[in-house]
Amino acid sequence: MSITPTALSNQPAHHILSVLVQNRPGVLARVAGLFARRGYNIFSLAVAPTEDPDLSRITIVVDVESAPLEQIVKQLFKLVDVVKISELDPRRSVERELMIATVRIAAEERGQVVELTNIFEGKILAVGVEAITVSLEGSPEKLDDFEELLRGYGIVELQRTGRVALPKLDKEARLRAVRGKAS
Amino acid sequence: MSEKITGAQALIRALEKEKVDTIFGLPGGCILPAYDPLLSSPIRHILVRHEQGAGHMAEGYAHVTGRPGVAMVTSGPAATNMVTPLCDAYMDSIPMVCITGQVSTTAIGTDAFQECDTVGITRSVTKHNELIMSPDEIPLMVRQAFHIATTGRPGPVLLDLPKDVLQNSMTWHWPTDEEVVESLPGYKPTMKGHPRMIKEAARLILEAKQPVLYVGGGVLKARAAEALLELAEMVDAPVVTTLMARGAIPDDHPLCIGMPGMHGNATAVTAMQKSDLLVTLGARFDDRITGKVDAFAPDAKIIHVDIDPAEQGKVRRPDVPIVGDCRLVIEEIVKALKDMLQGGAVKPDISAWKSRVSGWQEQFPLHYAAAEPGDALKPQYCLEQLRDNSPEGTILCSGVGQHQMWSSQYWNFKEPYTWVNSGGLGTMGFSIPAAIGAKVGRPDRTVWAVDGDGCFQMTAQELVTASVERIPIKVAVLNNSYLGMVRQWQEMFYEERYSEVYLSPEVPDFVKWAEAMGCVGIRVESPEEVQPAIEKANSIDDRSVVVEFRVDASEKVFPMIPAGQSNDDILLHPDQCSVREYLR
Repeated sequence: MSITPTALSNQPAHHILSVLVQNRPGVLARVAGLFARRGYNIFSLAVAPTEDPDLSRITIVVDVESAPLEQIVKQLFKLVDVVKISELDPRRSVERELMIATVRIAAEERGQVVELTNIFEGKILAVGVEAITVSLEGSPEKLDDFEELLRGYGIVELQRTGRVALPKLDKEARLRAVRGKAS
Repeated sequence: MSEKITGAQALIRALEKEKVDTIFGLPGGCILPAYDPLLSSPIRHILVRHEQGAGHMAEGYAHVTGRPGVAMVTSGPAATNMVTPLCDAYMDSIPMVCITGQVSTTAIGTDAFQECDTVGITRSVTKHNELIMSPDEIPLMVRQAFHIATTGRPGPVLLDLPKDVLQNSMTWHWPTDEEVVESLPGYKPTMKGHPRMIKEAARLILEAKQPVLYVGGGVLKARAAEALLELAEMVDAPVVTTLMARGAIPDDHPLCIGMPGMHGNATAVTAMQKSDLLVTLGARFDDRITGKVDAFAPDAKIIHVDIDPAEQGKVRRPDVPIVGDCRLVIEEIVKALKDMLQGGAVKPDISAWKSRVSGWQEQFPLHYAAAEPGDALKPQYCLEQLRDNSPEGTILCSGVGQHQMWSSQYWNFKEPYTWVNSGGLGTMGFSIPAAIGAKVGRPDRTVWAVDGDGCFQMTAQELVTASVERIPIKVAVLNNSYLGMVRQWQEMFYEERYSEVYLSPEVPDFVKWAEAMGCVGIRVESPEEVQPAIEKANSIDDRSVVVEFRVDASEKVFPMIPAGQSNDDILLHPDQCSVREYLR
């Protein structure tokens, strides 16, 4: 498994796999091990339990050039703990990601970063004499832009969560949701 | 009725409930608790001399019986010794359940004595594995293990049992089939093929002018030999059986054209190359079959029947993918063909194709240059004699290398489940333990292990197990004092620069070694001695026999397709090169 340094989200072609697994010890190792063993690259990965405590959802963004997606999906599905795999079309899904960044900045220029953070609707998490820590939640593309602008000031540390995603509700599903029957 | 028993008792009872009759194993610290209730169990335990042997024995047992082989060993080094057989079983889809001891749950992660991350180490060589953290989980986990190992695409499953989990008490309960299925929401093998795809397959079969049935090990796993015969005779097409499928259709059946691949016969290789339809049944387009993939069977449409969806399109994109159990799918295809023929469809005339194929068979039989008086013994001759002088129903096992290819080439397989070998992983040393396992599974059969001198020296100590446990097998060691297949590659592709392939002509003394292990040892050096030695070996049934054949080291396996090259560039035996042009 390798992580590519360039921002993938700016490229149109990437695959998001939403993998529903049994919430059991070692499942993440099985999934990660399969990617490594079969020579596939993971770009980002996020894991957490779902509304059903027996199940977890692993959201994997796959480096599209590393291997044919079909093989990845089929091999993944052979894992006994994998219950369901959906490939999310980026155009038909909502994607979110969280970023926290610490920027080195002199007190007199701090206002510029604060302003930038406000424009992006981010949050100020901590302020020091020569540094400021901010957070931003949003679409990966928005985070890319924000990161690029912060870079001009000097990023000390930065962490992104990797994206989580769900299918967009179509109109029909939205209306059903109003009646209290999402999905 | 809540009966309290220990985890160890639950484990053995669960194995009994799964109808396990034999465990191949070797005890040690962490698995000790499980060995105590074994004393009062009807399950036979076979005490091996090395844990790898236990694994291969379980595989051999599974190969010939179709029932899962069971191996039980302790933690740490025992578990790591099991990695090779697990990987072997995984590559060849052999149903197997392996039980390993583990350090107590309180010691896991502390680098305790004989601790290793068994589930981590074996994750990529098992179909599934589990670390059991509570004795209450044992019955369900055992049931899951047998269910997963034997259904879908079979494979090895490992259960790792910490010592305290075996020692602590639990309340016995035996889960129902429904509970097992419900507990595995992500495991639902597809058995029935898609009806539309089956119709499409039948349509393609009725259009094909040059069809070949490409039969792999999946046909044997699905117990589909009978169905295959019906399909083959209905389509009236040549059938190739891969290394894993030898015996799926009798070699002497007029439609059977033998083994394709790197050391396949020229007819099987060429028929696939020239075919316009490969009816692929439980085979996986392995690189040893396809050669250079881009040049493989370029004009063939592909029907691909496999129970593993991931095999569809992995190597070659099929025109008609059918995910399902080979037996069920073949039966459905036969039915669809019958319906179409009754509905007025006409079987194409493929007689021109068949006469072309039989022309190749006449021109390119398997061939070796017979020994002149005074020459060293030819290994192929030894195998022909073994074939012709062994009783009906003999089970043949082999190690990996030249002797394996000659065994597959020269044996006459008459029925399924009489050929046990390591195909995918190519595990040297497989044959002796696998033959012991096969003999345990089929005590009524004669079991011959064909081995090389290199392979023999990897696992020969299991003949001690065979002697002590009274499991009489027969071993033919084709001793050419070399790692023969490596030697062949160095001769052909490394300008005869022989690097580290010469073993020794003097040591070990195979006869003395056999005798030291409680076997009869026989040495054969000349052609006249071959048949009497085999007859003598076949007449001894109270102990194992090792026959050492001192064979010609310069003999090579032909035909051969060099790795990565096109099957069109098959290298024939030098004596056949003059008629090469017929191979069109």
